[in-house]
Amino acid sequence: MSDVLVQVENLSRYYQSHCAISHLSFSLKAGEVLGFLGPNGAGKSTTMQVISGNLAPSEGEVSIAGHDILEAPRAAKQQLGYLPEHPPVYRDASVDEYLKYCARLHRIPRNQVAAAVDRVKQQCGLEDAGTRLIGNLSKGYQQRVGIAQAIIHNPPVIILDEPTVGLDPIQNREIRSLIRSLGDQHSVILSTHILSEVQATCDRVQIIRAGEIIYHSSTKALNQGHESSFKVALRKPVNPEELLSLDGIDHAEALDAGRFRVFFAPDANPDALVEAAVQQEWGLYELIPEQQSLEDLFIELTHSEESAAK
Amino acid sequence: MIWVIARREFGAMFLSPLAWVILAVIQTILGYMFLTNLDNFFVLQPQLIQLENSPGVTDLVITPLMQVAAIILLMVMPLLTMRSIAEEKRNRSLSLLMSSPLSMTEIVLGKFLGMMLFVIVLVSMLMLMPLSLYLGTSPDSGKLLSIYIGMLLLLGSFTAIGLYLSSLTENQTIAAISTFGVLLMLWIIDWVSASLSNGHTVLSYLSILQHHQSMLEGVFDTSDIAYYLLLIFGFLVLTIRQLDRERLL
Repeated sequence: MSDVLVQVENLSRYYQSHCAISHLSFSLKAGEVLGFLGPNGAGKSTTMQVISGNLAPSEGEVSIAGHDILEAPRAAKQQLGYLPEHPPVYRDASVDEYLKYCARLHRIPRNQVAAAVDRVKQQCGLEDAGTRLIGNLSKGYQQRVGIAQAIIHNPPVIILDEPTVGLDPIQNREIRSLIRSLGDQHSVILSTHILSEVQATCDRVQIIRAGEIIYHSSTKALNQGHESSFKVALRKPVNPEELLSLDGIDHAEALDAGRFRVFFAPDANPDALVEAAVQQEWGLYELIPEQQSLEDLFIELTHSEESAAK
Repeated sequence: MIWVIARREFGAMFLSPLAWVILAVIQTILGYMFLTNLDNFFVLQPQLIQLENSPGVTDLVITPLMQVAAIILLMVMPLLTMRSIAEEKRNRSLSLLMSSPLSMTEIVLGKFLGMMLFVIVLVSMLMLMPLSLYLGTSPDSGKLLSIYIGMLLLLGSFTAIGLYLSSLTENQTIAAISTFGVLLMLWIIDWVSASLSNGHTVLSYLSILQHHQSMLEGVFDTSDIAYYLLLIFGFLVLTIRQLDRERLL
């Protein structure tokens, strides 16, 4: 048994003639959290609906823990918890009734249902909401009920479509830490618009645009591998060429008066710059490391593709 | 699994006032009709005694009562079935069932069975009226059984048709109106047969109340049973196929 839990191969999906996703391939190992990023309409939700068996793929294959979603849907879905974009809750049921029903639907034996319901209520912070009607709950609480529903049968694979929409910042942090802790034992696929969320919770990130994966990397590599840049502010006017002559500096660009953005080669450090500044009395008063954030990358990637398309 | 869905479906009906109101209205109206029929029967009784082979209390009170019940329910059943799938589509809660380890057949059968539980409650409450006749007289038990089974089959086919039309749309009103249209069409389809010489038998075979009529009279014909079972089976298969097809669109 390999530990690849989700295998997506050459997946395409058309709505009539409109192509929502084309030839996606990726895989997910046990214990990984994969972040799915993309602008609106990029095909994130479609991909998740196909993986969860809510939509049939036009082409390609999806297998969950070795079970093909089309050939053995029941075995595949048993390994799967899915939170769609809109939480699939019954507004006329109470939280307890609803979660019990979900537990039974996922074939949890009758005598373990109560324990499972208690566990997810505790995990999702729903202890106080048990007897309330779902229709009367706030959006954030409904979202939590949706997450609770997806993890009630302890599935190895969890698919969450924008799980933190509508949550306040504190709930948001709780849900993120919940997702992180789920990621220890489960494989999680997560889609979101919020880029910092991906950096905070995911092991790997995929940026998808117009139905194609345009970027794929681990978040760790994302935080390291790029050339580092510093924002430098000097009291004394200095010519950018003087900076360039220093050790380890690739190039420098002047921003406003006395400020520069200085790019270093990967893994170089700004010793030389500081030394030079002290010796020549440039009056260094600001030295801020700039990390290339996911946001920059996201905008750069989606934007450059757009202009390339024009 | 089918049972889990059926229980949820049955319970959900009673969470809204709709099911209670329907039960109350039908019971009141038919209770009144039952008493009226019974009154008429008392008036006729002295003349009936003189007849040979005279019709009994079942034929004169219960059969006409159930004829009216069938027509009222033809109008009411669309209101019960309209929400079954259309509402879940509108609320996007269908994906809960779709991503659970269930086959489409289990989902559809669960929904159907849930509504049939309600139908059983409804018909059983109606049957209390004929059963009350046992207090004063002896109705024809065989006929009553035939009436009971006939009502269940009739309402079962109403339910299956309603379920299918509910799976076609997100809009409950459209589901209700189209179900009502189809049921009405199946009822009146043989009205034209009086003026037609050929095609008569086909049209009257298709008529949904024609088959019901003979069961109300106590005639337990396999072709009637087959008609209803085929209708139920056919529309359930159509519903399953419709839901499967939607995943491809």
